[in-house]
Amino acid sequence: MLTGCRALDLTDEKGFLCGKILADLGVDVIKVERPTGDPSRRIGPFWHDIAEPEKSLYWWAYNSNKRGITLNLEVSDGKEIFKELVSTADFVIESFPPGYIEKLGIGYSTLSSVKGGIILTSITPFGLAGPYKNYKASDIVVMGMAGMLYLTGERESPPVNISIPQACLHAGADAAVGTMIAYYHRERTGEGQHVDISMQQSTALFLANTIPFWELYGTITRRAGVFRTGMSTDAVQRQVWRCKDGYVFFALLGGLAGARTGQRLTEWIEAEGMDSGYLQSVDWANFDMGNVTQEVIDQISRPIEEFFLSHTKRELLEGAVKRQVSACQLSSIQDLLDDATLKARNLWVEIEHPELGISVSYPREFVKSSEKALLTRFRAPLIGEHNKEIYSEIGLSRQDLVLLKQAGIV
Amino acid sequence: MENDVFRGIKVVSFGWAIVGALTMRYLANYGATVIKIESESRPDVLRTSPPFKDGKAGSNRSGYFNYFNANILSMALNITHPLALKIAKELVAKADIVMENFTPGVMERYGLGYEELKKAKPDIIVLRQSGFGSSGPYASLPAFGMTLNAMAGIPNFIGWPSGEPLPPGVAAYTDCISPRFAVATLIAALDYRNKTGKGQLLDISQLESTVYFIIPAILDYISNGREPLLVGNSCSYAVPHGVYPCKGNDRWCTITVFNDEEWVQLCRVIGKPEYIDDPRFNTFLNRRKNESEINRVISEWTINFIPEEVMTQMQSAGVAAGAVKDAADIYADPQLRQRNFFWRLNHPEMGFFTHLGESFKLSKTPAEKRMPSPCLGEHTEYVCTNILGISDEKFVELLQSGVLT
Repeated sequence: MLTGCRALDLTDEKGFLCGKILADLGVDVIKVERPTGDPSRRIGPFWHDIAEPEKSLYWWAYNSNKRGITLNLEVSDGKEIFKELVSTADFVIESFPPGYIEKLGIGYSTLSSVKGGIILTSITPFGLAGPYKNYKASDIVVMGMAGMLYLTGERESPPVNISIPQACLHAGADAAVGTMIAYYHRERTGEGQHVDISMQQSTALFLANTIPFWELYGTITRRAGVFRTGMSTDAVQRQVWRCKDGYVFFALLGGLAGARTGQRLTEWIEAEGMDSGYLQSVDWANFDMGNVTQEVIDQISRPIEEFFLSHTKRELLEGAVKRQVSACQLSSIQDLLDDATLKARNLWVEIEHPELGISVSYPREFVKSSEKALLTRFRAPLIGEHNKEIYSEIGLSRQDLVLLKQAGIV
Repeated sequence: MENDVFRGIKVVSFGWAIVGALTMRYLANYGATVIKIESESRPDVLRTSPPFKDGKAGSNRSGYFNYFNANILSMALNITHPLALKIAKELVAKADIVMENFTPGVMERYGLGYEELKKAKPDIIVLRQSGFGSSGPYASLPAFGMTLNAMAGIPNFIGWPSGEPLPPGVAAYTDCISPRFAVATLIAALDYRNKTGKGQLLDISQLESTVYFIIPAILDYISNGREPLLVGNSCSYAVPHGVYPCKGNDRWCTITVFNDEEWVQLCRVIGKPEYIDDPRFNTFLNRRKNESEINRVISEWTINFIPEEVMTQMQSAGVAAGAVKDAADIYADPQLRQRNFFWRLNHPEMGFFTHLGESFKLSKTPAEKRMPSPCLGEHTEYVCTNILGISDEKFVELLQSGVLT
């Protein structure tokens, strides 16, 4: 949909997803790396566990649909070439520490004088200004500072983080939104601007009802492990249940939908000839999670626990779909690759890595558009893979490139 | 206002719960007129969710709903009433975007499927955002964040070795993922429509969006056959890397060290310079081998300080560290406050109440706080008379018919 737009993507892992979303929407995204390759190529895991910069699966994951060039931004020739590139671009995305690009002399005001209407998007751990702006961070640090970590884990154990980095993805996705808002404004008025994304802020977007709980009741929501909290009463309810070969997630919820699921689950248990025990006596139509007691929840839980334990996760998922019970398996990666609904919707697409002679499954598209297919089309770039084609577009000759290479600029 | 990016853009939203709210807010905060359609008989589920003002439930008293819905208009329209469909279509005819996140089939049952919407407004952009997408065998399975987390495999990444997989701290974690993909696409679709005159249907599956948050693990499995393991807070390329106990009840601080330089600084901060060259800790591999010992000695130090003190001391030495903030800390967080993360707005039933505010900073067109979350049906009259152009007489008639409840 955004064909004809160009983005220069200077980000490390903090910002990959922003450019990836823009690239999928049709923007020509060019990753600009230092001549030795971006340090984020050191992030594992690696293809066949070979720890080489062009085999980082983390790099592959979020840089597909982008082309790649190398350029040393710390020397004057590099800066001049960068400005040439900026004059062909609509967006510049970066994730350097606050102040770094200004120090190089390629901050927002310079870029906007090079190319009127340019949109610069900066992704940093805490934002470009404010008391924490110079704080160093990693995923777990941001998750802690954003309130997610405190809530995750078991009540009597330390908070535990989601072990696959998430804060950078919340920030990267938010950055795509902020960049698009700025783009829409530019298309209307011609005016560009500087978009300032904070990983902490983007990650704190969703803390459910914990902030109003603090403001209105003065209570602090705590970790609850496999249980569910945040209900009206103090009762806690399991959401993680064992089954024969893994886990299923299920919880009684309030409202109409919750009542329906309770009723259908009871019928399901009975249809399989198992004892639904206390469930038989529940008046689901009038069941109210708002004032249920712990005792009732415990009594409801017993037959459910036995029922889940006697089935495999696949049986439970298939039964849940058939009977419209809101229970789901905990999917392994293999389960995801085999999943019926993801397959039916064609989520997986094979992308070639010709230099390795392989093709690999990637998610095909994050949205199905009736107008334009927004597909993952090609793999992430190798180091400097598109130097020749992109630099020739801005008028650098083959000889120029040889000289620049010798000087360590590209 | 001068800076309203989406000035003149009208969004008719059947979006509800978290996904609905988080999608609408990006557009509403930058000037779109977002009209949320709900009814007394089927209010947004968040309106019935705690906490409530003074502990008393009521459509307009939910802190959960009112935290998330600043800048949104609410129109009461009982969609099952015989007069409702015509009004809804008239509204769609004036709109740019229709969004919904019901289980697929619901909009069709209302007579508001994509084909019908297109008849009302040929270049309409329609966003559907259900749990499993609007096609495929699970399309009609009611989806909740909790079950979608499990389907996407997120709990496989949360927990202690030999423990159980745990859900993310907010059960509806997936709810905050798809809205960003959705809004970025919606804006591109608006721009595309402005340039080509073509509307479109956008179908997002919350499950598929969440899969985008674990792609490296999928590639690891395909490449190396590894399913994710529960590893607690340890990280394969950083030691120490974790959460350390601090002074106080359930108080913690994160600390991460990615190289020798940071290790040296950490040893100085904790007053153990002898650890710098200690053969147990002097290299990354040695630190990795002796991770539990390292964690023990760091904990002995951190327990003497509150989280902010640990954070400040580490950060001044160039070591990444952060307080593990609870809701009260977030509420008071100076950085988030500086960035207008919260908006305090005077709500008719809540009084002055903290709403979720800005998500990011746009230098020329900052988000605008214009109004508190809407009471149910608060803007029904405004929408009918100002947007639909319904006469006062006709409006009174409609009121009496019961369709506007």
